[in-house]
Amino acid sequence: MKIVVCVKYVPDAGADQKFESDLTVDRAAVPGLLSELDEYAVEQSLQIKEKSPSPDEVEVVALSIGPAEAVDAVRKALQMGADSGVLVCDEAIAGSDALGTSKVLAAAVEKIGDVDLVVCGMASTDGGMSVVPAMLAERLDLPQVTWGSVVEFQGDQFRIKRDGDVATEIIGATAPLVLSVTDQSGEARYPSFKGIMAAKKKPLENWALGDLGVDAGQVGLSAASSAVEAVNARPPRTAGEIVTDEDGSGATALVTFLASKKFI
Amino acid sequence: MSEVLVLVDHADGAVKKPTLELLTIARRLGEPSAVFIGSPAQGDAVAETVKKYGAEKVYVVDDADIKGYLVAPKAEALQQIASAAGPAAILISSNAEGKEIAGRLAVKLESGLITDAVDVQAGPVTTQSVFAGSYTVQAKVTQGTPIITVKPNAATPEEAVGAGAVTPFGANVSDSAKKAQIVASQPRESSGRPELTEAAIVVSGGRGTGGNFGPIEGLADALGAAVGASRAAVDSGWLPHTYQVGQTGKVVSPQLYIAAGISGAIQHRAGMQTSKTIVAVNKDSEAPIFELVDFGVVGDLHTVLPATTEQVIARKG
Repeated sequence: MKIVVCVKYVPDAGADQKFESDLTVDRAAVPGLLSELDEYAVEQSLQIKEKSPSPDEVEVVALSIGPAEAVDAVRKALQMGADSGVLVCDEAIAGSDALGTSKVLAAAVEKIGDVDLVVCGMASTDGGMSVVPAMLAERLDLPQVTWGSVVEFQGDQFRIKRDGDVATEIIGATAPLVLSVTDQSGEARYPSFKGIMAAKKKPLENWALGDLGVDAGQVGLSAASSAVEAVNARPPRTAGEIVTDEDGSGATALVTFLASKKFI
Repeated sequence: MSEVLVLVDHADGAVKKPTLELLTIARRLGEPSAVFIGSPAQGDAVAETVKKYGAEKVYVVDDADIKGYLVAPKAEALQQIASAAGPAAILISSNAEGKEIAGRLAVKLESGLITDAVDVQAGPVTTQSVFAGSYTVQAKVTQGTPIITVKPNAATPEEAVGAGAVTPFGANVSDSAKKAQIVASQPRESSGRPELTEAAIVVSGGRGTGGNFGPIEGLADALGAAVGASRAAVDSGWLPHTYQVGQTGKVVSPQLYIAAGISGAIQHRAGMQTSKTIVAVNKDSEAPIFELVDFGVVGDLHTVLPATTEQVIARKG
């Protein structure tokens, strides 16, 4: 079985984020890392491998698209236990929207070939759109089995528990398919020292757009199908009133405040 | 005037409030056409509801053949309606399923997609809240038919009389769209409280509750509010994940957000930072949440909240 797990290199969410003059995100100013939500995807891929009847016959390939530094995301996946990695790195891809990103990812999956499972996280921690897994399923014409909090499989039959707003569902399909998992799917493992050492010897390929047969004109900022027109920093909230509770004074003050705002 | 498609968000034919918000927004952009994918027997009742908010047409797609399959068939049906109607825009509720339908539709129609809009004005120009609410972004789709997913509470539903003409639409769903089966479905039990992302007031509890959400629920019920939880509370198993407010849970923007026993980590703030009024109750005066509040009480939620609840009930008489 071949599993491709998509991992994104994202800016550290805790850092102060800003925009460039062309209204793209200033990536240079902020350190990057493997998106936390994609760690769950790597974890589930490794668990599928470990639970397979013949784990040695299961290959987990970590795939990422990004600038040269994005290799760190692939390396982290290798350290966790992925078998090999691919980084698609090409300046022309910078500024791509989700349509462009999914196009490149789909082409990379096809080039990797004979893929049984494409595994993704539930959203990126920067864009937060949650649409790439569905777009991948659409482009690759594979069933989408997405937003799984529990993953079970037998042979090529996969099932997930999907916690929707209206109902909890069990979704099932036959591989090959696109699978996405949420942060409820099980804690992601820390790379062990052995894993970190072993990762250094694992195959890691670098591909450009030309290797994928994707035309530069189809991706990147200029090909994007939506455009940011303006960004505005929200005025920082003016400091509010803080009281210390003493013998019920806190509740009284809070109620007075709520009444003044007409909530009661 | 061009049609604007609005995908009706419903639970077994009961139209959800965000759909009324989408119809109101759709009126700014063109003539709203609701798209109801469900049982035709409920089509007339749905039309009655949506036409009160401006729907001129109500496409009814019989879901008998497709309701057992995840997302893909709905995207195909919408694509076919869009190809026939040539709408000025397509509006879908921003929830997990809505975004997936929108994503697939964007690929099918080779059209731009903007998700999680908190406002949409004529253009269409969308407003999004990014970087945990510290920036707002104005954007437009530049290719194809704008597909926009809209967060709940983006607009106040405005009543406006529409013709609501029921228009059955026979969608031709491919076999390929029917490969992800919904094998089983357990409806969520209604809590009797407002839905978290739609509520005007939210009372949330965190680690400080120690697992006892009684004070939270008491205050929520006194205020007619929804109950929410921090990730810590959910990870501790005190409440299911559907209650989680935060980056990996629900992002809410109610009129009033009360955070009790929640420290205010970035992950949580990303889920509530744009609430109009923010209140916190926490024993720790250094808790980061106090940087966000319009009003804060440093104190034990186990005494402050019940005392507050008592006074709220007394005032309401």
